[in-house]
Amino acid sequence: MTAVLEVANLRKRFGGVAAVDGVSFEVREGEILGIIGPNGSGKSTLFNCILGQLPPSEGEVRLDGRVTTRMRPCDLNRLGVSRTFQLLQIFPKLSVRDNLILAAQEHQGTMLSRLFGRRDAGLTEAADQMVAFFKLDHLADELAGGLSYGQQKLLDAAMAFMSGPRLVLLDEPAGGVNLTMLANLKDRLKAFNKERGATFVVIEHNMEFVMSLCSRVLVLAEGKVLAEGLPAELRANPAVIEAYLGR
Amino acid sequence: MTAKGRNFLGLLGLAVAVAFLIFAPLSFHRYGIYILSQWAVMTIAAIGLNLTLGYAGQVSLAQGAFVGIGAYSAAILTTHGWPLIAAIVLALALCFAIGWLLGYPALRVQHHYLAFVTLAFSTLAFLVFRNELWLTGGTEGIDSVPRPSIFGLSTTSHLRYYYFCLFVLALVALAVLGLVRSPWGRAFVALRENPIRAMSLGVDTRRYVLMAFAIGSALGGLSGALYAPLVGLVEPPAFALTLSFNLLMMVIVGGSGYFVGPFVGAMTAVLLPEWLRFLESYYLILYALLVMALLIYSPTGLVGIIDRFLVHRRTKAASAARAALGASIEAKAP
Repeated sequence: MTAVLEVANLRKRFGGVAAVDGVSFEVREGEILGIIGPNGSGKSTLFNCILGQLPPSEGEVRLDGRVTTRMRPCDLNRLGVSRTFQLLQIFPKLSVRDNLILAAQEHQGTMLSRLFGRRDAGLTEAADQMVAFFKLDHLADELAGGLSYGQQKLLDAAMAFMSGPRLVLLDEPAGGVNLTMLANLKDRLKAFNKERGATFVVIEHNMEFVMSLCSRVLVLAEGKVLAEGLPAELRANPAVIEAYLGR
Repeated sequence: MTAKGRNFLGLLGLAVAVAFLIFAPLSFHRYGIYILSQWAVMTIAAIGLNLTLGYAGQVSLAQGAFVGIGAYSAAILTTHGWPLIAAIVLALALCFAIGWLLGYPALRVQHHYLAFVTLAFSTLAFLVFRNELWLTGGTEGIDSVPRPSIFGLSTTSHLRYYYFCLFVLALVALAVLGLVRSPWGRAFVALRENPIRAMSLGVDTRRYVLMAFAIGSALGGLSGALYAPLVGLVEPPAFALTLSFNLLMMVIVGGSGYFVGPFVGAMTAVLLPEWLRFLESYYLILYALLVMALLIYSPTGLVGIIDRFLVHRRTKAASAARAALGASIEAKAP
């Protein structure tokens, strides 16, 4: 399998503190890579450096072999990279359907053609399919701000998939979601991975969620890669147990 | 109320408003028509500011300066024999270009910092209007700005010029309605609500910020180009910071980010002081108190009150439907 994402010796310093300290890894096509680690281990900073939200101090990021270091998030998104954030990021004053249309409209035509083209940019059908896929179809016309937290989390994830990305980076998708919703979310992510061949990188603290979803796991501690391997291997790794999992 | 019912009520309200704006001035005195013309002209500037601030979330205290640039462009060109239409096109292009450039600081700074950058631009424009005698006539300004002939029809009378302004306002309203209902409108709202998330979804926030400034400023320029022949005189104090604050108030009081907001806000700012004149020297005090009371009661402005009511009803109906659905599922459960 070819590598969709390659991260080489990535560093991010804030003053004297190295939040990400020489991290290297790759993500192969169609896999679900989990990233775990204690709070402050540099997981979200790593995401932000990969996705152009923060400029890395050193290192290189490649997408499908093309160097994308310091590329703007909107340009990366148009190359097929999508993400969710640690904190919920939806547009509460737009309807659920409009949130989804917004998530893909910039992939339709040019800026000028979008000004004079259809209001929905031809995406209503795709948005309705997506709300149905995430089992939110009865809420399509509701304002996103009126949804429950779990439903908003599902919408947040659905928005990341709306443009048909090749690579999706999910930052703590299970945070604050109840067990029923969590099962639904995991089920949807697995289905998306299987049916559409999307590649995922998932940051998560919920170990049951990570172990049952991810095919490979990377452990970060103090900005460095502590270990990498199959979920079962890492469960038995003494260094990982010491730094993160606990006895 | 169903969506159909809401649409019908909206169309009915629009028809009544349009009929009033067309027929009521026939029975108005000169001053009444002049005030209504001023409302139409200022509404155009407020629509522009609403696009920049209300939809795209970029604070601007420079809209008055763009009205000034448009007014001086029209005054200079028409007093040199140019037709007003050509002056309008030039004012639009000039303000679009300057607005685009003014958008660049917004890529670096936001909120009150951006407000100060635009405020500085406003002061700069005022100084140019006042000091560049060779171009603007200095403190005396430019007088005898002619009113245009449109397709051979003179607009010298107040009523005809009012209809011309109303026609331009209608064109602007339709164009902006098309814009805010297009994917651009959605992108502007995303920019206002959460620019980081918007960017992660492929929205080129840099371009949209610049476009929001450029289009909003161009509408300010258009408003100014109509203002000059309306008043017949352009002079610096008319485009000082007070005008920018006044336009800001129109947007906020009407309802920032609502399409109808600037229409209602400009009506409040232009017409309400006139209606309160019977209070003589107290009218501006009462006007200020009314505006303060309104914003305390409804920070989302006058249109926001109606919107809150509609959202409340919609949420209530949706909750009731969800509860009914839950009850029916429970009833069916073994």
